[in-house]
Amino acid sequence: MFWFFAAVLVFAALRVITARNPVHAALFLVLAFCTSAGIWIQLEAEFLGIALILVYVGAVMVLFLFVVMMLDINLARLREGFWSYLPVGAVVALLLVAEMALVLAGPYFGLVEMPRPESAPAGYSNTKELGRLIYTDYVYPFELAAVILLVAIVAAIALTLRRRKHARYIDPARQVAVRREDRVRIVPMPVEKDGDQA
Amino acid sequence: MLDSLLAYPQEMLGPLWPVVWTLAKILMIVVPLMLCVAYLTLWERKVIGFMQIRIGPNRTTFFGIRWLGGLAQPIADGLKLLVKEIIVPTGANRFLFVLAPVMAIMPALAAWAVVPFSPELVLSNIDASLLYLLAMTSLGVYGVIIAGWASNSKYAFLGAMRSAAQIVSYEIAMGFALVGVLMAAQSLNLGEIVRAQQGGAGLFSWFWVPLFPLFLTYLISGVAETNRAPFDVAEGESEIVAGFHVEYSGMTFAVFFLAEYANMILISMLTAILFLGGWLSPFPESWGVLGAPGFGWLLLKAFFVVSSFLWFRATFPRYRYDQIMRLGWKVFIPVTLVWIVVLGAWMQTSLWIWWK
Repeated sequence: MFWFFAAVLVFAALRVITARNPVHAALFLVLAFCTSAGIWIQLEAEFLGIALILVYVGAVMVLFLFVVMMLDINLARLREGFWSYLPVGAVVALLLVAEMALVLAGPYFGLVEMPRPESAPAGYSNTKELGRLIYTDYVYPFELAAVILLVAIVAAIALTLRRRKHARYIDPARQVAVRREDRVRIVPMPVEKDGDQA
Repeated sequence: MLDSLLAYPQEMLGPLWPVVWTLAKILMIVVPLMLCVAYLTLWERKVIGFMQIRIGPNRTTFFGIRWLGGLAQPIADGLKLLVKEIIVPTGANRFLFVLAPVMAIMPALAAWAVVPFSPELVLSNIDASLLYLLAMTSLGVYGVIIAGWASNSKYAFLGAMRSAAQIVSYEIAMGFALVGVLMAAQSLNLGEIVRAQQGGAGLFSWFWVPLFPLFLTYLISGVAETNRAPFDVAEGESEIVAGFHVEYSGMTFAVFFLAEYANMILISMLTAILFLGGWLSPFPESWGVLGAPGFGWLLLKAFFVVSSFLWFRATFPRYRYDQIMRLGWKVFIPVTLVWIVVLGAWMQTSLWIWWK
């Protein structure tokens, strides 16, 4: 199962960077998230796996697709900067390759292999354990991260907020408070003679 | 009895048995579900007919038996859609166009894996089933946006954009409502959540009493999540023809339809499980058969919720888009946040009486 997920993951990740259509690339990224969630669940990290799907696939990628679909992307213009960005990109790529080589070839470089972790007992709840750790041992880092995120949200909203001067704003409270008498007037009228209609 | 019946195929299939047995169990859920969906469409047309003082479908029958008038309608509709041609528009992205209905129905069916029908009857009793449900329902939006984009049509695209924004917004309120439920139940497992509602007070020991604002929020967000009237701007007929599935015909359209109704049944089932006590009986245990917990109660509650969906559709005019967004972000999310804090404080005091 691991090999299957890993193969799909590598394929999807490759397609993310090689797909010509940005929407296809975003959808392959979704596939990559789903398969990595599958791998995590196999590693007995159900909470992380489901949270990955919930947060990244369910929310972040939807907004991503939203933006990518609405943009009219000119592919030729995107390619223009290829040669000027190549040196920086190559350095980053080389660094990544070196790091991965260090990890994968750990035994050769004297990194001791970790023993296989024991399987969790039957009644073990991944979610409960994670919650206990976050809210007791790691409560300060956790709250710090939360505050930083909150600041980021406030900043993002402040940057994009603009008041339109000529917008006709409707106050919903006043709308709801409207009664029939304010809008409709019933006028009593005498009955007219039949002959008048002709 | 069941064990002895199952012994023979178990022996015959050997190592393949678990796979076959799981598939059989999945079929046992999906087939009745599809039948429910079919007859829900009939029930919807009948209910709206009654409310508007007309008869609704009453012509199609089985073998011409008159008092069955209308009962064959879903079968006839299904057959019609099945034999119709599937048209892929020029300029549409063929692969994604066909993939979209699949993406719509897959999460609607996959979510049923963790729904507990009775104390013992659940396909997969996983620990984080509430989270799994949230994840699955959040995947449903992909069917809509892929359909809108792949159709290469402005109307479909506008419908998809509206629907995606709406679903993502209401999911937040829904998630917060579920946070309240898991606080009160102290578990993410749906079975445990139902068991936590097992109090001595019958009807009043269910979570809809202490979590009343969350219950309402969940119910209304559920209507918005499934793109049902009065929140059906994704397919507002008067503005954008039929929304994201305007280019779909035949069975591909039918699959979208199935997904919408399967989602409706799922949301009603979940409302029944999370807030209305699942399989528990509303009567005290001393009442014999009426007081016993069972699958029937869950079905009855879900039926009640699903019928109220139809009732909403027949009653309310459609919301305007900005009003939908205001309701989601400025009303529901603050309400749920405040109630979670209230709940947290309440649970620390001795006034909290919803323990087992």
